[in-house]
Amino acid sequence: MGYTIYDKLWNEHLIRSYDDGDSLIYIDRHFLHEVTSPQAFEGLKKKSLKPWRINANIATPDHNVPTIRDNKFSIENIEDNISKLQVVELDKNCNDFGIKQFNINSNNQGIVHVIGPELGLTLPGMSIVCGDSHTSTHGAFGCLAMGIGTSEVEHVLATQSLKVKKLKNMRINFEGSIQKGVSSKDIVLYLIRTIGTAGGTGYAVEFAGSYIRNISMEARMTICNMSIEAGAKVGLVSVDDKTIDYVKKHSNLEANLINDAIIKWETLKTDKEAIFDKEIDIDVSKINPQVTWGTSPEMVIDFNEKIPSSAILSAEKRKSLDLAKNYMGLSDNQELSDLDFDKVFIGSCTNSRIEDLREAAEVLKGQKVSEKIQEAIVVPGSGMVKEQAEKEGIHKIFIEAGFQWRAPGCSMCLGMNPDQLNPYERCASTSNRNFEGRQGNLGRTHLMSPKMAALTAINGRIVKEI
Amino acid sequence: MKDYIEGIVAPIDRDNIDTDQIIPTEYLKSIKKFGYEDYLFDGWRYTDQGRLGMKKAEREINYEFILNNSPYSESKVLLTRDNFGCGSSREHAVWALRDFGIEVVIASSFGDIFFNNCFKNGVLPLTLNKTEIEELFSVSMDNPITISVNIKDKVILFKDKLSINFDLDDNLAERIIYGLDEIDITLKDSELIKKFEEKRKENNPWIFE
Ligand code: SF4
Repeated sequence: MGYTIYDKLWNEHLIRSYDDGDSLIYIDRHFLHEVTSPQAFEGLKKKSLKPWRINANIATPDHNVPTIRDNKFSIENIEDNISKLQVVELDKNCNDFGIKQFNINSNNQGIVHVIGPELGLTLPGMSIVCGDSHTSTHGAFGCLAMGIGTSEVEHVLATQSLKVKKLKNMRINFEGSIQKGVSSKDIVLYLIRTIGTAGGTGYAVEFAGSYIRNISMEARMTICNMSIEAGAKVGLVSVDDKTIDYVKKHSNLEANLINDAIIKWETLKTDKEAIFDKEIDIDVSKINPQVTWGTSPEMVIDFNEKIPSSAILSAEKRKSLDLAKNYMGLSDNQELSDLDFDKVFIGSCTNSRIEDLREAAEVLKGQKVSEKIQEAIVVPGSGMVKEQAEKEGIHKIFIEAGFQWRAPGCSMCLGMNPDQLNPYERCASTSNRNFEGRQGNLGRTHLMSPKMAALTAINGRIVKEI
Repeated sequence: MKDYIEGIVAPIDRDNIDTDQIIPTEYLKSIKKFGYEDYLFDGWRYTDQGRLGMKKAEREINYEFILNNSPYSESKVLLTRDNFGCGSSREHAVWALRDFGIEVVIASSFGDIFFNNCFKNGVLPLTLNKTEIEELFSVSMDNPITISVNIKDKVILFKDKLSINFDLDDNLAERIIYGLDEIDITLKDSELIKKFEEKRKENNPWIFE
């Protein structure tokens, strides 16, 4: 009998099981941001409790921070008083409890799921939680990583543990090599299109196959990031040389410690004999660039397809399609390429890493953003990504093309800061959620890869050929 | 102790209602744990754009939305379809339901994180199969009905017309019934956690750097 990587991680962190099927697992790393933590800190204070292990916690403000700012920007400069209060609270709570924070002025501030890995704070084999559903991103490193709610944030702060039920095992085997112009974002959108937004509910999903082995850590992160959009709160990739190389490069650990760790990390892969509750095979060689047309991440079509017709569907299905079309301002059988776009957003914890920016910049080199586009912004995921891009001169390509080069944060992924869509504006976005109102009240979001977003910026619409 | 809930059913005939719909991002800016009642389903409940701090009385009400109409404005039970509460982990979604007065959400499936969040806040998410969901829709769609949910016996009753048994883990049922504080319970295992931690540190020192 063999174990899946999820089984191994589970066993490694299991403190105890309860009679009723619940288990208590140990938490190695806890990331915090300003939106889902204030009520947890308040709860802690009310009970006169202290964080169990201070060093396990790392905080950064990301959701509310304005992306138009420079080094001299301070919290006081946040115009929206309510946003400011959240960032101030995080600052205060971190100071009160002695939690390490990369604050708004830190060079390492950024989207929490981007900075974790690049600062070497995400290590293979860790259990990682954060009050944020895209914590699944860290699963790319062979971590047991999942999003939790605010009550659980408080629980983890107070007890360094989490009460959970073991998930079932699913494996997605991505085989083959991709076509030109296709990226990991397309692959994960295609997956969600195939299994639906509830397809992975109740499962820890391992991504495997030759395609996964061949891609970079950044690309693996993009896929694990969006496993939650497929319903799976845990997405995983078995550890291999790429994982270890990345961690070696980004970690500050001493050499001996790393060498000891590597021996352990190398065991973090699914055994050959392991049995999954569910397995799905996907041939990636047939996948085209994918774009969402509706208001759920499963409403995905090929970039050169028509909006699906509702006529052929059951009444129940038709209803949700019609609601989505209505919201998105679409009619039956329109082509995606018929739609005029107003804004372009390149960023979010899905696609704001250096590789994503390189991919977009390659398309934008020597090109100009279409006059139809009112605003095109690129928001690097972290201070480090921004710095690297500036070193490579990528920022210049964006700026010359007509993009605004911004400071790190979640930005228009959810519009808690001033970066938002106005009602009915249509946006080409590299983020992960196209829910109603996600990027601004009545805004219309189409999710796609950085490359497709860049092409949409140049053309003002989705191209029919790439 | 809360082992019995009786309330009017508000049917919302939609799949995949995500937590961004249950409470939009704007209201996540609050640092409080209560006071979200006026923001529940904000995008559907109102025709204007709200801001944190605005009260229902200041808003433009969408009277086509079920929860804005009597008697549904008093509903304690929400009936919906697949994958309710998918998306963002925001516990604010449960706080908004709770503050509005919703005590039970019935669906054919739930987002995992939302499901967990419910039990921390005394909101009961009940999973029924699609046939049962359909039955409930058919009796509640046209006229308001009051059902009772007996958590101890795990049964939903609508007069003598409908009786549906549901599955619910005993420990989860107890959390709703007694409103237990989980941190207190876990801290009873402090010694166990400490021991585990020490061993983990010995075997994986790099994690504790
Ligand atoms: S970038 Fe978007 S999805 Fe990612 S953590 Fe920020 S708000 Fe959430």
